[in-house]
Amino acid sequence: MSTSEADLLYSEVEEELRASVRALLADKCAPAGVLARVDGEAGPLTDTALWQDLCGLGVAGLPVPEALGGAGAGWREAAVVAEELGRAVAPVPFLGSAVLSTAALLAVGDSPTAAATLGRMASGEATVALAVPLSAPPGAAFPDTVRAAADGLSGTVTKVADATTADALLVPAVGTDGPGLYLADASEAVRTPLVTLDLTRPLVDVGLDRTPARPVVTGRAAEHALRTALRTGAALLSAEQLGVAEWALGTTVDYLKTRTQFGRPVGSFQAPKHRLADLWVSVSQARAVVRNAASTAGAGADDTEAEMAAALAQAFVSGVAVTAAEEAVQLHGGIGFTWEHPAHLYLKRAKSDAIALGTADRHRSALAGMVDLPAGAE
Amino acid sequence: MTTAPAGATIDAAGLRQRVADVVAAHDPATTDPAELLAARFDAGLAWVHFPEGEGGLGAPRALQSVVDAEFERLGATPAGREKLIIGLGMAAPTILAFGTPEQRRRYLKPLYVGEEVWCQLFSEPGAGSDLAALGTRAVRDGEEWVVDGQKVWTSLAHRARWAILVTRTDPDVPKHQGMTYFICDMRAPGVEVRPLRQLTGEAEFNEVYLTDVRIPDSQRLGAVGEGWRVAQTTLMNERVSIGGTAEPREGGLIGIAAGIWRSRPEARTPGLHDALMRLWVEAEAARLTKERLRQQLAIGQPGPEGSAAKLAFARLNQEIAGLEVELLGAEGLTYDDWTLRRPERVGMEARGAGYRYLRSRGNSIEGGTSEILRNIIAERVLGLPGDIRVDKDVAWKDLPK
Repeated sequence: MSTSEADLLYSEVEEELRASVRALLADKCAPAGVLARVDGEAGPLTDTALWQDLCGLGVAGLPVPEALGGAGAGWREAAVVAEELGRAVAPVPFLGSAVLSTAALLAVGDSPTAAATLGRMASGEATVALAVPLSAPPGAAFPDTVRAAADGLSGTVTKVADATTADALLVPAVGTDGPGLYLADASEAVRTPLVTLDLTRPLVDVGLDRTPARPVVTGRAAEHALRTALRTGAALLSAEQLGVAEWALGTTVDYLKTRTQFGRPVGSFQAPKHRLADLWVSVSQARAVVRNAASTAGAGADDTEAEMAAALAQAFVSGVAVTAAEEAVQLHGGIGFTWEHPAHLYLKRAKSDAIALGTADRHRSALAGMVDLPAGAE
Repeated sequence: MTTAPAGATIDAAGLRQRVADVVAAHDPATTDPAELLAARFDAGLAWVHFPEGEGGLGAPRALQSVVDAEFERLGATPAGREKLIIGLGMAAPTILAFGTPEQRRRYLKPLYVGEEVWCQLFSEPGAGSDLAALGTRAVRDGEEWVVDGQKVWTSLAHRARWAILVTRTDPDVPKHQGMTYFICDMRAPGVEVRPLRQLTGEAEFNEVYLTDVRIPDSQRLGAVGEGWRVAQTTLMNERVSIGGTAEPREGGLIGIAAGIWRSRPEARTPGLHDALMRLWVEAEAARLTKERLRQQLAIGQPGPEGSAAKLAFARLNQEIAGLEVELLGAEGLTYDDWTLRRPERVGMEARGAGYRYLRSRGNSIEGGTSEILRNIIAERVLGLPGDIRVDKDVAWKDLPK
């Protein structure tokens, strides 16, 4: 293999991890069950029991070093989990806690608070939400909607993912010594649930009013940690989007093999065949792009290849996932437009994911800067 | 170490050693390329999966990329072999699979070394995507066959010494059953090659007229009536081979478009920028997909993504070339050269933007149209049911033409 290219394949260990996560999700997170949860018929949306089972497989601490209580694996392995969670539209706080907050805390450097928190997150003892709008792109300026003062944190953060059930919030805030990341007890904040487009990923507005918090890191290191977290989040989100697209493609193909109209299987007609063939090509390409992003996700904040890989992944895979979910609804015909069929859960997840952590357009603009293709005259 | 017994060294390391032995004995700087290639053939490194004595070692096919990369690394890959593409890619695997020992001895080595150019007489004006509908007749006359018909889209026919030829030998049975495959001498009386001028102005391809062409039965490949099965072997080998080396970012047409963007700030508009960046992202996705396939091949696990590569390549090439003409503004109104040229290879990079735009229209037609490829992906990769067939149990002579 060329040394200049990332390893774009799945290792045997990764495939074993995938198999155990997929088996657990097949057992505990079937589409009908997710739909029941969405309808409030099976307890709160976030499936904390499923999350504990997943943590039992070690998924919460894959990139966390063993010395801190994690699995000592990496983001490549975590990305395989993200694919499976996307395939199941699983309502668990993986993105918010095991990806965004974990990536931020891992990037903080030497901090006893970060180390202790990572250990509790890896074991499943606690979940932590990164208090940024889910739509924040990696290149955004450090947020200044929360002020840090001696009497605590004050301000608001809108549309925070996975904060409903979080034990703690990791809050970017600006104090007298500049930007910082602060850890607050989530129960001390006012969390206002939002009605969300994506029914399977809860969002809240977070209100802070002199909320007690411990500083984890300040200054440039805080900016680097947040940027790394958002970039890693963008890379891992693309893996989730790949899982969404794979479910949509696979389910639609299976359906069109059995559904008959005009006396023959619908899948034998050329019009749906060609659309599914094109979709399969896009999904194959998305897989290579996602593996590239996952392989470089562990790099430092100023790593150009990692920046490019994450931006490329969001610029490409967002569209693939949305198209796949839209095609699933269309090619299922009438049943695809019903509430009882799970296709809409994937459509809503795909469309929300296309906004999360930077739209494709923003990522294309970021790429243009990185590869010397500026928008206008210099 | 000198050449070890075959079988003991059929792994990547052993093959690299064999390559090193060949190069050590034939310094690429001073050896005639044909001589080096002959040595490579004799060492079993032409096609490692072919049998010993026929250019191979009986090794796993996936290891060929190791050999090719190693010869490349040692600077021992001769240039200018484009005219051998049909022989190497299509005739050789077919002769290997269906040829008699005499045929293999006669044809494989001159083909590999480059002494003899091959072409492929498959497509006809009435049989393109539906190749099995072809109507070129071959009628047996003693120990010979007499062939009459017209073939089209034949690359390299004007250079070829030999052709692989599919004919109709029995019009009274369904179309797939009545075909027979031959090796045709392009110098035989009755073979007429005419350039076929394309919309680019050049004549990359030919029409070939066959009038009372006599082919000895000893040049038949496979049994009488078995031509479709033989042709399938040829066509399965037509797929673009993935090389052993990684492709650089901005390789191919996107690099040309990006270069124009960088050098002409005055021509930049928001709409063009959006189009350029979308295609840049898609080109990078296609490059990484090919890279992933290359990595799969390197560990001997080829994926079905190979069939996606051509479909994606055709669309991307067309869109990028279309954008490039627009990026050039007024200059896009001009064309580099309408002379009837006869190129041996498609030199996209060497020509102007207008040529690239026009030539790329062929990318979704040649070597299987994008529509047919989508059917293949849908049925063979995704397992969707086959289309309704109306030609299956009908004699060829009774089919609408």
